[in-house]
Amino acid sequence: MLRGLVQLTWIEIKVFFREPLGAIGTVLMPVLVFVLLGKFGSGLSPNNTFTSSNLFRVDVPVFAAILIALNAVLSLVAIIAIYREGGILKRLRATPLRATTILTSHVLVKLLLTAATLALTILAGKRYYPVGADVPLFSFGVALVIATWSILSVGFIIASIVPTARFAQPVGAVILYPMVALSGLFVPAEAMPPTLHTISSVLPLTYAVSLLRGIWAGDAWSAHLGDIGALVLVFIVCTAVSSRIFRWE
Amino acid sequence: MTRARPVIQVSNFRKTYKKFVAVEDVSFDVYDGEIFGLIGPNGAGKTTTMEGVEGLRVPDSGRISVLGLDPFKDIQMLQQRIGVQLQEAQLQKRIKVKEAVHLWAKLYGRKVSDGEKLLEQLGLAEKRSSWFMTLSGGQKQRLFIVLALINDPEVVFLDELTTGLDPQSRRAIWELVRGIRERGKTVFLTTHLMEEAEKLCDRVAIIEHGRIIDMDSPDALIRRHCRERAVVLTTDDPTAETRFNSIPGVEGVTLKDGKLTIRGSEENLVTEVIRCISESGIHVTDFRTILPTLEDVFLTVTGHSIRD
Repeated sequence: MLRGLVQLTWIEIKVFFREPLGAIGTVLMPVLVFVLLGKFGSGLSPNNTFTSSNLFRVDVPVFAAILIALNAVLSLVAIIAIYREGGILKRLRATPLRATTILTSHVLVKLLLTAATLALTILAGKRYYPVGADVPLFSFGVALVIATWSILSVGFIIASIVPTARFAQPVGAVILYPMVALSGLFVPAEAMPPTLHTISSVLPLTYAVSLLRGIWAGDAWSAHLGDIGALVLVFIVCTAVSSRIFRWE
Repeated sequence: MTRARPVIQVSNFRKTYKKFVAVEDVSFDVYDGEIFGLIGPNGAGKTTTMEGVEGLRVPDSGRISVLGLDPFKDIQMLQQRIGVQLQEAQLQKRIKVKEAVHLWAKLYGRKVSDGEKLLEQLGLAEKRSSWFMTLSGGQKQRLFIVLALINDPEVVFLDELTTGLDPQSRRAIWELVRGIRERGKTVFLTTHLMEEAEKLCDRVAIIEHGRIIDMDSPDALIRRHCRERAVVLTTDDPTAETRFNSIPGVEGVTLKDGKLTIRGSEENLVTEVIRCISESGIHVTDFRTILPTLEDVFLTVTGHSIRD
């Protein structure tokens, strides 16, 4: 069924790292943002501890995580558009490779990169964000993978409709970044005007933020079943829609 | 050539994109072991027809059978038995030649060594570790031929294989295509280069506006549509013009810039002119023939040049 998945995924990983800009944008940028925010924050804080500051204790890590996820989604959108425009999808389609195999391999690459970026971020940010023993890093990583997977499926839809690679990245950004503003990361959903609150409640990113924030803060998984359910629903709906509208060329 | 069994049968294939009729009504057979060419200008429906046969496009109506299979319904079975090279297809810019070959070998359940052997045979061995984007146009097409041959297919599809290549690489690719036929495979190709079709194909079908206008071997098409040929020669003999005019079958002799052009439609025109030269002892300083080509056939049957 998924013949060639391992080979194709491995090739895609190698191909990704042969393009220096892609690797810098996707992997290093979130790390850099995270570290710079930490530096900036440590200058402001008189006693060099953040335990009292909710912003730096919780929101910056969550923000960095969201950034990682969005980077993954944007680069997925871009690569699918490039592959379509360049006739690569067309060539792959005329082999025994199935469509799901091709998409799955890209999703796997992005998830692996997400996990790698997260690990790098945590290592690089160690100095500035004294991560307490109470922070469940492993669970946070799992939560991030779930969130990324779900948001990647939103990326499928964008990737299915953008005509060329040139538009892929801006269109993706225009659709995704407003989601960050409404995700409850900066302004709590309860504090938003009713209309925005409603919009916020149907955006997948809102549930991603809620899940990541909760898990980072030490909540039990059971407290976030609703978030996970919403993310899974988004994944199922978006995958179904994009499989119908997906264009190979 | 013996008419073997047809490996591809297309009858009344029709395909539209929204309001645009890409292929109106196309029927043809491709026989075992031949090189069959679909020729015509860009936008004539060549690629749509070929991709219909490859199972990449669903016909609006009509029937297509390849190796006894329905290309759309039995695509998975068919893909194991055909090899394709697609027009304007690419690979990942930074994929290495050997990585592509190994992936393809894996996908078709073949040995990696088979792919390596093909790289060797098509002169790409020293490019094994090069990125796809660093290959020249000719090397890319050779790699696509390797990928099309990796599953030892019975039918090979080549869509505009030499478009954009320089004449030298083009000739090299022609040799490779003849080599594919010599391995006993059937080749179905499209081209808008009449010279390519004439040199390479056992049979061609001329397609325009989604319809096949005529179909036969290049020689037969030329005999059918363009009988006129000419001999152009230079001579200082003042009696030559009259002498050539008296050859039976000569339709006209004209003198321009010191060159005599002798026109006729008989196949033995050249022989007769040579006979006349030697019998009358005409002193000739330059001699060449102008024979009709597939390009002329195209002009005759469509009323315009392929480059219009």
